[in-house]
Amino acid sequence: MIAFWIILTGALVAITCGLLGCFLVLRKMSMVGDAISHAVLPGIVIAFLLSGSREPLPMLLGAGATGLVATFLIAYFHRRAKLQTDAAIGVTFTFLFAIGIILISAFAGQVDIDQDCVLYGEIAYVPIDLWITASGTHLGPRPVYILSSVLLLVILFITLGYKQLKLTSFDPEFAAAIGISTSLWHYLLMGAVSLTTVSSFESVGAILVIAFLIGPPATAYLLTRDLRQMLWITTGLGVFIAFTGYWLAYWLNASIAGCMAMVVGVCFLAAFVRYRVTTGAKTVLTSAA
Amino acid sequence: MENFLTFFSFSDPNVRYVVLGTILLSASAAMVGSFILLQKKALVGDAVAHSVLPGICAAFLFSGTKSIPLMLLGAFTTGWLALVAIDYLTAHSKIKKDAAIGLVLSVFFGTGIVMMTYIQQSGNAAQSGLDHFIFGKAAALVGSDLLVFSILAMVILITVSLFFKTFALIAFDRAFAQALGYPVRRLDLLLTSLTVLAVVTGITAVGVVLMAAMLITPPAAARYWTDNIRRMVLIAVLFGTFAGLAGAYISYVAPAMPTGPWMVVVSSLIAFFSFFFAPRRGIVPKLYRQRKNQRVIAEENAMKVFYHLGEQGGNFTGQHNLQALMGQRDMGAANLRAALHRLQAKGWVTVQHGQWSLTDDGVGKAAKVVRLHRLWELYLTQYMAIAADHVHDDAETIEHILTPELERELEHQLGYPDKDPHDTEIPKG
Repeated sequence: MIAFWIILTGALVAITCGLLGCFLVLRKMSMVGDAISHAVLPGIVIAFLLSGSREPLPMLLGAGATGLVATFLIAYFHRRAKLQTDAAIGVTFTFLFAIGIILISAFAGQVDIDQDCVLYGEIAYVPIDLWITASGTHLGPRPVYILSSVLLLVILFITLGYKQLKLTSFDPEFAAAIGISTSLWHYLLMGAVSLTTVSSFESVGAILVIAFLIGPPATAYLLTRDLRQMLWITTGLGVFIAFTGYWLAYWLNASIAGCMAMVVGVCFLAAFVRYRVTTGAKTVLTSAA
Repeated sequence: MENFLTFFSFSDPNVRYVVLGTILLSASAAMVGSFILLQKKALVGDAVAHSVLPGICAAFLFSGTKSIPLMLLGAFTTGWLALVAIDYLTAHSKIKKDAAIGLVLSVFFGTGIVMMTYIQQSGNAAQSGLDHFIFGKAAALVGSDLLVFSILAMVILITVSLFFKTFALIAFDRAFAQALGYPVRRLDLLLTSLTVLAVVTGITAVGVVLMAAMLITPPAAARYWTDNIRRMVLIAVLFGTFAGLAGAYISYVAPAMPTGPWMVVVSSLIAFFSFFFAPRRGIVPKLYRQRKNQRVIAEENAMKVFYHLGEQGGNFTGQHNLQALMGQRDMGAANLRAALHRLQAKGWVTVQHGQWSLTDDGVGKAAKVVRLHRLWELYLTQYMAIAADHVHDDAETIEHILTPELERELEHQLGYPDKDPHDTEIPKG
């Protein structure tokens, strides 16, 4: 049963991150996910200090707010100060993360959060975090409920906004010409990424969030040229990685998040080799013709 | 104050180690970081910082002790592999740089975590403190480590100084460097190795996540103060050093405070200040200049209104009320009133009982703007063969910008004309 809940959590995070990650990879904005997942730290600490507990709702609000602050700062420095994007991302997220660590050190006695839980999470604790109703019925782990609702929201977002997301990713000028606001969809996507990162990091940690945001979409990107197929492949890969990663961790008796990230790497490597072989073959064919 | 004196007299050997260590680390990181920033590869530093973890763990697994040179070697190896992997992925597939960086970062770091948990379960007592590499602990720098770090930092500083010109050339014009016969790929590899070296030396002080800041933030801030690369690198090193010193001082005064994060916060604050207030490129000076230009344009437009009314009535110093002025050109009542008051302060218009008029100085100034407008219209019709009824809008914009040199040149080219394309008189300069 424990294995089931952990794999389910991993798969939920993998699918949610992967679906949004497809659009990030296509928009060349993958590192924004990295930035948000680190930048949420001060928000979590402040929410914890204010609410005095690890209740999920204040944490989600605090983290969501800093996630949005981070995306806003990145866009502001890039547009107004003409700072190159990569530098804007780097400066912003390291600053927010540093503030988070300072807050943790300053309130060390009161804050039951440490940096490693932000970085690699505690997916192994998911089955313990049970949701028990007032009448004492066990309804299963709480993170599973939170992550499932986020996944539903993300699926809803992508289905309803599929056309807009696709057009603003591939051809922003055309999208603007037919009246789709590129900045509105940029911020909607960023909001969705913030929400996902924030709800996932406690169970899987920042590193696995980044691995899931970028790894499966990049792998799928090598395998297909069709956006719908890319989304489906990403989903399948996510489930596969959660499953294999868990058993690898069980077998090695090591970090589950770390093992899932390793499997992400192996999957990508396999796709990359296939890509090199097939494109290599094509080059030979064309040069022969 | 007492703390301040004790700290800056450096009489405490621990203070000496920490200060010297942090300064060397931040200076060498800022120096290498400048070139990475100019090559638009800033986030590569983040990837390297995360990728050293498996190397450190491997070195520990191999030796069973926390031998600093061996762990540095391990860190260097995997950090370097990560950078090469990023370059290979982007060069040989359709994967873009950002995705390659994120992928390599998370996979390498994930592998490192797996090794780390393996080590923690192995029960080797020497493993405690290994996580300093991930989260950094500058205060833990001791004499013997410092020697290693100082040597590495010196290697970086000297190598960058030796190859300064070449690195600058590659950062600005890669193709030109190639054409000149520089071994660009090998020099890239050298810069890569220096980056990894800077990360490896810095990571003990600030940790994996914040290492990126030491490479990116000081150079990004320095970029706002100069367009000269030598000065930029120098300023970046100064900012980095100051941040290092400030971080060490804060954690000395308040021992609960971590050095690394404070270094990052201080250098971020310097960067934010630069983004907003740096004289030429900052947001605030830019807004100020924009506002100033808008004011000049409003003033010149207001004076033109007087001039045109003067032409119609045959009296350039004639009196007009606001309605009449607005009737000639609708530039917004508030805008017009503000412009008129500024012109009054300059002594170019006067007001009596709500009736505004140009002074003699004002007539000259107004004539000059109208003259530039009409010269440009004539130039467009004669040289660009644009119809006379299409040239007005263009002239509206350029009249505020044309310099006296251009004015003379236009006059000369047009043969000192009297009439513009609409057959109205061009005022004499």
